[in-house]
Amino acid sequence: MAETIVKVRNVFKSFGEHKILNGVGLDIEEGRITAVIGKSGTGKSVLLKNIIGIMKPDKGEIFFRDKDIVKMNKEELLEIRKNIGYLFQDAALFDFMSVEDNIKFPLVEQLGMKEGKELSGRVAELLELVGLPGTEKKFPSELSGGMRKRVGLARAIAVKPKIVLFDEPTTGLDPILAESIDELIDMVNKELNMTCVVISHDIASVFRHADKIALLYDGVIQFCGKPDEAYASDHEVLRHFISNSFRGFGAETR
Amino acid sequence: MLKFFNKFIRNSVDFLRFSGECCRWLFVPPYRIGQIAEHIERIGLQSIPIVALSVFTTGMILALQLINIMYIFRAETFAGAAVAIAMSRELAPVVTAIVLIAKNGSAMTAEIGSMQVTEQIAAMETMAVSPLRYLVVPRIFASILAFPALTAIANAVGVYGGYFVAAYVMSVNKVAYNQTMFFFVDPDDIWTGLIKAAVFGFIVTVICCYHGLRTSGGAKGVGRRTTAAVVLSTVAILVADYIMTFLFIRLLGM
Repeated sequence: MAETIVKVRNVFKSFGEHKILNGVGLDIEEGRITAVIGKSGTGKSVLLKNIIGIMKPDKGEIFFRDKDIVKMNKEELLEIRKNIGYLFQDAALFDFMSVEDNIKFPLVEQLGMKEGKELSGRVAELLELVGLPGTEKKFPSELSGGMRKRVGLARAIAVKPKIVLFDEPTTGLDPILAESIDELIDMVNKELNMTCVVISHDIASVFRHADKIALLYDGVIQFCGKPDEAYASDHEVLRHFISNSFRGFGAETR
Repeated sequence: MLKFFNKFIRNSVDFLRFSGECCRWLFVPPYRIGQIAEHIERIGLQSIPIVALSVFTTGMILALQLINIMYIFRAETFAGAAVAIAMSRELAPVVTAIVLIAKNGSAMTAEIGSMQVTEQIAAMETMAVSPLRYLVVPRIFASILAFPALTAIANAVGVYGGYFVAAYVMSVNKVAYNQTMFFFVDPDDIWTGLIKAAVFGFIVTVICCYHGLRTSGGAKGVGRRTTAAVVLSTVAILVADYIMTFLFIRLLGM
């Protein structure tokens, strides 16, 4: 049993009248890929933003290695965030900076690296890793959606965080590109030994890559378990999700 | 009505807290010299032609009106002093500030606002960088330096605009016009104008950046916030101008 790196306990979050998270509890195990699935707009992104502390829950606790980040002040949070990488849904690259400067940003700001050979070498290495060597001088507006996500991933893993959060990494990409991003997530997990949390509604890919699947529905985690447990589960909503995703492949007749 | 009032109070408190935080970070190194220089170039250097043009015409209009009235009393040579004092105490700082709100204040809100709606601000926070320190503080420094510098240029250009009309359009005695001007204008007239300009720089930048960072709701939100920022900062500098003028004249006797 792997060690738990992030513990979410009884987290509530609402925007005005709109209740998004309604007592979410989730354990994220170190070194694994945990996938959070659920309908669009059910608060999956909100959950991730609470974990990294750019949103505060109304109620509840979130532990990063036994330290409650909900109670932390801004300075302590900045320190914790050095352990967490975040890939945004639209990559959120700084559009006024080149690819190179985007990747340098966390290295300079978080690790205090100075301009020079070492820094450029690290940038080249990261771009190589995500399969985009030689794109240093390009600007985000010159890149396709899939390339932007790769650069975003390079930026997210630049400071070697312990855990990387992926907000819908494959949404809006064609199946082949999506698979290549999934492979990158596997690479980050297996070769770089980073814990991954992936939000997705691409159920098929989740079943191929995740070690653990959590279903967020109606503001709570309804199911949490290994892919084959999820596949065998009788949970009604989960069944519905799975059968819709595999319709036409004989899954609904099981 | 009550709801509106509540919202107004909440926003005001939020804004005041933001301004306080900005003030605090102004005194915390490290200062991003490169960024400050870049913003000085955009706010300062690139604004010289438009500020000069605006204030030259203002000087011309003022001289035309004053000479027209003062001619009745055969006091038209005193128009030089009136133009110079009005220019250095009020018109140069206010006209400069209004031009800069239109040119740079709006750009600040729109830039930061579109970074906010595309999650670039959130991305910055996940990389443990405070957007306030990275985006806002360098702009405040640049404005506090650039506003007075442009106002100083505006003083000279505006006074020359007045002289141009007096000497070549209204055929006022040039020597007498200049002599009365140098006799009546006091260093205090110049100083109060420059201090005002620095305060305007701070107010405009804080208001515009605040609205940028609070933007939500896509392109429409950016537009709404930009309008709000321009309108509010224009009103705010006029109110601040009155308060400062009162303080200078009634309390400090300047």
